[in-house]
Amino acid sequence: MKISYRWLKQWVTLDLDPEQVAERFTLAGLEVDQVSPVAPPLDGVVVGEILTAEQHPDADRLKVCTVAGDQQVRTIVCGAPNARVGLKVPLATVGTILPGGLKIKPAKLRGVRSEGMLCSEPELGLGEESGGLLELPSDAPTGEALTDYLGLDDQILDIDLTPNRADCLSVRGLARELAALTGGKLTPLSIDPVEPVIDNRPVIHLKAAADCPRYIGRIVRDVDVQAATPGWMVEALRRSGIRSLGPIVDVTNFVLLELGQPMHAFDLATLKGDIRVRRATKGEPLQLLDGRDIALDDDMLVIADEQKPIALGGVMGGLPTAVSDATRDILLESAWFDPRVIAGRARRLGLATESAHRFERGVDPELQREAIERATALIVEIAGGQPGPVEESVSTADLPVQPTVRLRMNRLNRLLGSDLDVTTVERILLGLGMSLERDGEDFLVQAPSARRDIAIEVDLIEEVARVFGYDNLPSRRPGGGLNIEVSSESQLPEQTLRTQLIARGFQEILTWSFVSEEVLDRLDLMDGAQPLANPLSRDMAVLRTSLLPGLLETASGNLRRQHPDFRLFETGVCFQRGDEGFSETRRLGLLMTGLAEGEHFSARPRSLDFFDLKGEVEQLLELNACAGDFRFERSEHSWLHPGQSADLICDGQRVGWLGQLHPMLLDQLDWSQTAFVAEIDMTALIRRQLPQASPSSRYPQVRRDISFVIEDSVPASDILEVVRTAGGGLLHRAAIFDEYRGQGVDSGGRSLSISLILRHFSRTLSDTEIEEVVQSVLLALRSRYNIKMRG
Amino acid sequence: MTTVSPQGLLEQALERVQHATNEASLDEVRVAYLGKKGLLTGLLKQLGQLPPETRREAGQAVNRCKQSLESAIESRRETLHRQAIEARLESERVDITMPGRTLPAGGPHPVHRALDRILAIFGQLGFNVATGPEVEDDRYNFGALNFPEHHPARAMHDTFYLPDGRVLRTHTSPVQIRVMEAAEPPVRIVAPGRVFRSDSDQTHTPQFHQVEGLLVDRDVSFADLKGLLSAFVNAFFEESLEVRLRPSYFPFTEPSAEVDVRWRNEDGTTGRWLEVLGCGMVHPNVLANCDIDPEEYTGYAFGLGVERFAMLRYRVNDLRLFFENDLNFLGQFR
Repeated sequence: MKISYRWLKQWVTLDLDPEQVAERFTLAGLEVDQVSPVAPPLDGVVVGEILTAEQHPDADRLKVCTVAGDQQVRTIVCGAPNARVGLKVPLATVGTILPGGLKIKPAKLRGVRSEGMLCSEPELGLGEESGGLLELPSDAPTGEALTDYLGLDDQILDIDLTPNRADCLSVRGLARELAALTGGKLTPLSIDPVEPVIDNRPVIHLKAAADCPRYIGRIVRDVDVQAATPGWMVEALRRSGIRSLGPIVDVTNFVLLELGQPMHAFDLATLKGDIRVRRATKGEPLQLLDGRDIALDDDMLVIADEQKPIALGGVMGGLPTAVSDATRDILLESAWFDPRVIAGRARRLGLATESAHRFERGVDPELQREAIERATALIVEIAGGQPGPVEESVSTADLPVQPTVRLRMNRLNRLLGSDLDVTTVERILLGLGMSLERDGEDFLVQAPSARRDIAIEVDLIEEVARVFGYDNLPSRRPGGGLNIEVSSESQLPEQTLRTQLIARGFQEILTWSFVSEEVLDRLDLMDGAQPLANPLSRDMAVLRTSLLPGLLETASGNLRRQHPDFRLFETGVCFQRGDEGFSETRRLGLLMTGLAEGEHFSARPRSLDFFDLKGEVEQLLELNACAGDFRFERSEHSWLHPGQSADLICDGQRVGWLGQLHPMLLDQLDWSQTAFVAEIDMTALIRRQLPQASPSSRYPQVRRDISFVIEDSVPASDILEVVRTAGGGLLHRAAIFDEYRGQGVDSGGRSLSISLILRHFSRTLSDTEIEEVVQSVLLALRSRYNIKMRG
Repeated sequence: MTTVSPQGLLEQALERVQHATNEASLDEVRVAYLGKKGLLTGLLKQLGQLPPETRREAGQAVNRCKQSLESAIESRRETLHRQAIEARLESERVDITMPGRTLPAGGPHPVHRALDRILAIFGQLGFNVATGPEVEDDRYNFGALNFPEHHPARAMHDTFYLPDGRVLRTHTSPVQIRVMEAAEPPVRIVAPGRVFRSDSDQTHTPQFHQVEGLLVDRDVSFADLKGLLSAFVNAFFEESLEVRLRPSYFPFTEPSAEVDVRWRNEDGTTGRWLEVLGCGMVHPNVLANCDIDPEEYTGYAFGLGVERFAMLRYRVNDLRLFFENDLNFLGQFR
């Protein structure tokens, strides 16, 4: 809501300047976004009067005018098409500096001397559109400074009102609020009923009394729609951001701003029969004022005549029945619509109107008669016409009743942690126009009808706190009973995982939760993807089913920015629709590309390979000492190299995957280097067991190594499994420490070396015992696989 | 037989000791003179042939020579050893200003870095972490939080919808409801997480991070809320900044407030008031929606934007940088 400081000042006694008013409003919850001057400084610009206007002898488009201004008459050459004799216009005298920086100097234009400049709105910084010179009313006093004449020495307060404060969507409402905050006095506006001079009255049927319990109509005949709106009203509207559109609409807009009552005027000649306020039928057509044809819904309220809807109630009027240049008689409307029948309708139609904005937030239900009297008086004053009597249709039972609310002093002070006394509270409530009754320690309070937001006790407590000032209320240092509830030790804090990754050279990233369908399709990750109903763009149309797209996009960007070596990780939620409904899983995504270590003079640089990535994953699993619960299984994923891709299995469930990117994908991404990627469910990663300590052996352990050639097709994990089972209780650890292919080993096979660490808990092992274990391991391997011993 | 004087042998041997350049040649000398078949050992063996009266003296002379030689060998051995170490040290000398072997540098995302700090502070203030889903139904995101259907307050949130009517949560406040439905007061939680608004321009990204706070107990007052928030702000910024609460409106709190912090410019001068979070006393309807008696319990709630705090703390001037993931930008927050 934009409002001029001067207009506000007409309504309430004020000894605050605009900045101070803004501060006071802001600290009371009416946030002032901006205080800006109505116009730039216009020293030297006066009201001028064109006395003569002759064609320039040497230029078709220029006129040579003589202009009366302050004291002297000047010759001014002017190119504006509307320069004509008798017109009052802004005159920038010699020496003036216009807002654009132009300094007015005497000049010769095609041989004619010009001493000053006649100005348009944009040249004065007063508007953007130009229809030539700014035409001032004919009664503007020649020679008066333009700033004084137009009252441009003013500031506009731009107030960002919260939806609960519909009562402040008018000058009067803001003035009331300011009076309550500062103790200033409201200027009463005496609105006298306008005596009817004709007896035409509309016939109104309230067909949806719950939606519209009060509808007031009034006919005014013989209005002059060509009459000029007075300058003060045009200026008032302009300062609130509303353009002048002719006297009738200007008056309804003025009353909307002044009192907060949205009104509408119909061209009476276009209406057929009685007025009906009713629900629309589904699909019923209406052409709106903005020219759009819409199909109505049955939850919308319309104003209709005998034949058709003529307005979308409380939102926007219809075009065919609107006031036009040909209009002579009008029907004025001033009604109260229930917020519930307005809310959301305008938005659904892509409309945002001043009227809907107010009605959906709640207009004062007692305001309609006052508003129509005010509007009638203004119309008659400006555009003439003969008003008929006020016709009010009302369904009293459906009008909202302002509740009486009990305010307990004790509750107020307990909730605020304050020690306010009865007098202070009483003063604040009375200042807000509430009617009060004391009941022991309590107040019984009724808010003025404009305050639609006061329904329960805490609404009043907030009012008291707000006016008293949040800053003036006490503050208490944190303390109180601590609620100790430490997170379980059987879960690894996610932060520990992140810290480890960071220490191992991974940069954390945060990418979008939405991705494009194309990207998911390309990666074959579209399965179960959840689309949004109202995405911002095609690029952000579905929820991510994997962290992979974000990792790839981030990597692409950084490769383009010439980072060749990096490691990325993200922790975040992925979304999936499945047979068992919709699920959200928190996952960890990894991406590594480039060199395995930073380049160093001591060694030839080595590129990352699968086992660097796998090592990082194993290192993470070691954090929770549950590595033994996980297995890596060869797998296939469309985005991974089929020879270098694995699933991570835990309890028979796949909890993640890892591998090298598929070369085809690299082509599509247009990368010249490969990358290794992984994704793991966070729940599996952070699970851990509480350690249960056991004493460690004091006796020496013994290492024996075995080497053998075995077919390539046998996975190392299977071999180790056989070794561990055969090794029995004395085999403490078994690990593969070497792999060899080449000379001496048939192709299709490889030589593996496995270290066996043996120990006994309570004694030193004998050579015989050691040899027995080694032999039983070899026996098991031989019986299971075709192996050949080496060295 | 020719008599060889032990003294002569000793001199000969000492000569060889002095010329020995390594432990092996030193060993040769030892064997040649002191070994079982060594020359000095040989002299001892010949003592028996001497007349008894000179035998004793001759024996002593040989033994003195042996001892001299032994100690000369030992001392030469030490010298050689020391020289060997010195040579090794010299050969192993490196230019310690050459670079070390490293991994690429990793680091936290600045938003998570700020979030970690926020959670650590609230953790010390006794708030436990709670979480909730990012896709919510209307009731949790709006209804139970006292947003009536079609109410203009909903229009304050530009909401992403799924085709079935569910929403991407527009704030972390739904976690309030989930926590209060699940537990009896006292409740004291913070809920961090991603939230979504269908809005994208210089100062809005369609996703960002919030931390919701909720405390419900007997006799919780607005004064407690004020105290908590200024303690938090001062802890987060490690500075005693002026904090002010400004009345505002949220459907789920009343009284409601926006919290402004009086910023300090880089040159130390007092800067503008900056809005950093929203808060208020939990609305009685919200408590009642969770079967908590608003007469018995009161509470406060607050919600803060993590990006906002990260921007202020690390002087980031463009919100969108956070989601571009440019390593040049991210690398500054290690």
